[in-house]
Amino acid sequence: MAQEAQKEKSMVLQKEMVEGLFNDLDSAKEKGRKVCYTFIPGNLSELIRTFDMLPVYPEINALQNAMRKKSAAYIREAEKHAHSEDVCTYVKCDVGMMLKGNIGPTGQKIPEPDILLLSYTGCFTFMKWFETLKREYPNATVVMIHTPYQENGVMTPEMTQYMVKQLKEEVIPKMEEVTGIKFDEEKLRRHLELSREAEDWITKIFDTTKHKPSPIDAYFAGVYYIGPINIGFRGTQQAVDYYKELYGEIQERIRLGLGPITPEGEMKEEKYRLVVEGPPNWTNFREFWKIFYDMGAVIVASSYTKVGGVYDLGWRHDPSRPLEALAEYCMNCYTNLNIPQRIDLLSKCIEEYQADGYITNSIKSCNSFSAGQLGMMREIEDRLDIPVGFIESDLVDPRYFSYSNIKNRLESYFQMLAQRKMMEAHEAIHA
Amino acid sequence: MNSLPKLIQQCKDLAFDLQFTRSREWKAQEEGRVVVGYMPVYFPREIIHAAGGLPVAIFGGGDRKQIIKGDAYYQSYICHIPRSIIDLALDGHTNHFDGYLFPSICDVIRNLSGLFKLNKLGKFVKYMDFPQNFLPEIGGVFYQQEMQHVLHYIKEINGKEVTAHDLNHSIALYNTNRRLIARMYDIRQEFPWRMTIEELYYVLRAGTVIPVEEHNDILEQVVAHMEKEIGEPQDKIKVVVSGAFCEQPAVGLIKAIEEAGCYVVDDDYMLGSRMILGDIDPSTDKPLEAIANAYIHQSQYSSSIYDVHNPKEYRLAKIVQDRGADGVIFASASFCDPSLLDAPIFQKAFDEMGIRYISFQYSENINQFKVIKEQVGAFSDSIKLWEDDKALVIA
Ligand code: SF4
Ligand code: SF4
Repeated sequence: MAQEAQKEKSMVLQKEMVEGLFNDLDSAKEKGRKVCYTFIPGNLSELIRTFDMLPVYPEINALQNAMRKKSAAYIREAEKHAHSEDVCTYVKCDVGMMLKGNIGPTGQKIPEPDILLLSYTGCFTFMKWFETLKREYPNATVVMIHTPYQENGVMTPEMTQYMVKQLKEEVIPKMEEVTGIKFDEEKLRRHLELSREAEDWITKIFDTTKHKPSPIDAYFAGVYYIGPINIGFRGTQQAVDYYKELYGEIQERIRLGLGPITPEGEMKEEKYRLVVEGPPNWTNFREFWKIFYDMGAVIVASSYTKVGGVYDLGWRHDPSRPLEALAEYCMNCYTNLNIPQRIDLLSKCIEEYQADGYITNSIKSCNSFSAGQLGMMREIEDRLDIPVGFIESDLVDPRYFSYSNIKNRLESYFQMLAQRKMMEAHEAIHA
Repeated sequence: MNSLPKLIQQCKDLAFDLQFTRSREWKAQEEGRVVVGYMPVYFPREIIHAAGGLPVAIFGGGDRKQIIKGDAYYQSYICHIPRSIIDLALDGHTNHFDGYLFPSICDVIRNLSGLFKLNKLGKFVKYMDFPQNFLPEIGGVFYQQEMQHVLHYIKEINGKEVTAHDLNHSIALYNTNRRLIARMYDIRQEFPWRMTIEELYYVLRAGTVIPVEEHNDILEQVVAHMEKEIGEPQDKIKVVVSGAFCEQPAVGLIKAIEEAGCYVVDDDYMLGSRMILGDIDPSTDKPLEAIANAYIHQSQYSSSIYDVHNPKEYRLAKIVQDRGADGVIFASASFCDPSLLDAPIFQKAFDEMGIRYISFQYSENINQFKVIKEQVGAFSDSIKLWEDDKALVIA
């Protein structure tokens, strides 16, 4: 009972934050607050807050629409307007929502943007998406900050300088112009300090999957955990409080030896520990999750929870170098890592969290994630001698979620894992 | 001077030589020569030339290579070209290449650079991040640093220190190349029957796999032929083809568009060779800056350049107008994000501007285009009928 109440507390905090944001957006125009559309990877939350703007994340709207079964109609609407069947469905869901009046997932109208801030991290589609939005919102100020790719597996000083120059000479002056607020570096530093704190907490949270049984699912529940840090609350006391609370609840679960909470209650027995690469499917999220927990599979790490920032390797926002910190943050998001880095990171997760298997959920319309995943999978299989599994779905287009296909594939995969475990146990006995 | 058919045959052989024989021969001719492969779309080839290298474009295997290894790397819903590129590399077609460059065009090409690194292909693999910031003092400087990295990689192989003089010399050669290519398009705009789009395509594509000096020589001869009254005019509409800048359609498809009743008076098949519009200053003491500035101020529109300050739909509309074209054919490789994501932008604008268009998708390895041919034929007929109606009304 006590844990239930605690669990609820972090969830309540999160719910309050999200509702508060949508309410603020709802009244933004009335209250004269400026609205900044931007994306999760490379989001400059602290800077947006420094200028007292409200963020809108088109991909969050898209995924929430999908969870509420609204995405199919929006995608159809976009396809009527010449959007191809084969491109990122987030874009089409967002465009469709806009064409149908821009009523957000909560039923409240999303205000038009004053700024379209493209930090363009790790995905070219973001750029095309904002080219489309710019034409729909001709009065919005366009701000672009080009984030160089970590092509060589490093963030060099010249890459950072390139970004810092863009921040100083383009991004910040344009934000000043739109908001009428003078840039306050001290305020930015305070937000960054809080970001750093939240990042410490979230790292500790995802590290709890070291325990057996793992107290959390780092993919299906993980996507909720990354909510506050990704959707504009990084850099606030609220986010720090939320993560502290959540961490406390998880510690309690560890103390009691409990596994993750699923939509159907506690997961009883942890049979398989997995690492997952790729975003989840949102249209059938619950069904998708259920296939895993019904099999006793818990996800101990996932790449998707790192799209809005990779913190496990020690990187943090550093308030003493505020603009450099923003630059490095953008460059260090998961899809901005090169393929060998992605492999190293996932391999580290597999080893540290003692995973039994590695699964790729390949998203049909997301080349940023998907192009190269097969090569990654093969390399990880060779390097770690770990059973790998492969499934395909889509983010927000329900046409590409085939329950029976996915279930069949996963069932065979789990059978293979079970056999392997038996053989290993057998070998251990006879060794 | 060689005859036009002979020149065209020579170019065709070069353009589709999946063994990249000319670059092999070139490399073998002298010690220290470096061959560098680059992926679509654009790369400043001048700098490789100046460093004593031969830049060679890798456009995939088209319909001429059966893909086996490449399919193991790419899901069915990813365009075809990355699988054929990696297939070529893993099958040893490019084993004389010293390095590979992956210009920033899309996530597929970007991630392909990682797979090349993983497979340890070449002595260097560089993803070339073109600036999306268009201020010379910010984006331009970053671009120069990117070029320096490439020069550094080549220097590690051949020890060559590149001077401003070397770069200026190379820039001048590529200026000539661009001018001659532009001249071919200008002649075709007026006299499209003098050379088919298929032949033009061979001539341009050959230039991506041989030394620029040799290509300039070929181009000069071809232009001289084109300047003469050759061929017979036919009753065809004029179109611009847009969207086929990376994965290339099979030649049969390129041909089919003209056979179905269109003269293609402009296209973006070989966009990289035509990316810079006009000359780059070949006489400064800062040639890398000149190349960077040309990219910033003189680039053709492209699906991989953030365009909100210079919208691509108006730029394409201007090409249509300048070339006197009757319409546009949007041809996209299947699953090509940059091209497909641009389509609604173009189409909405063209509906408003009254520019007629059709669109279709293709894959490099498919050489059945009956349906596309019919579609293009119907498009051409509808435009001709429209013109006739217009003439009737005016009369
Ligand atoms: S392609 Fe992938 S990374 Fe890019 S916007 Fe779509 S879902 Fe996000
Ligand atoms: S065809 Fe399009 S998606 Fe494919 S690699 Fe080329 S630009 Fe990228």
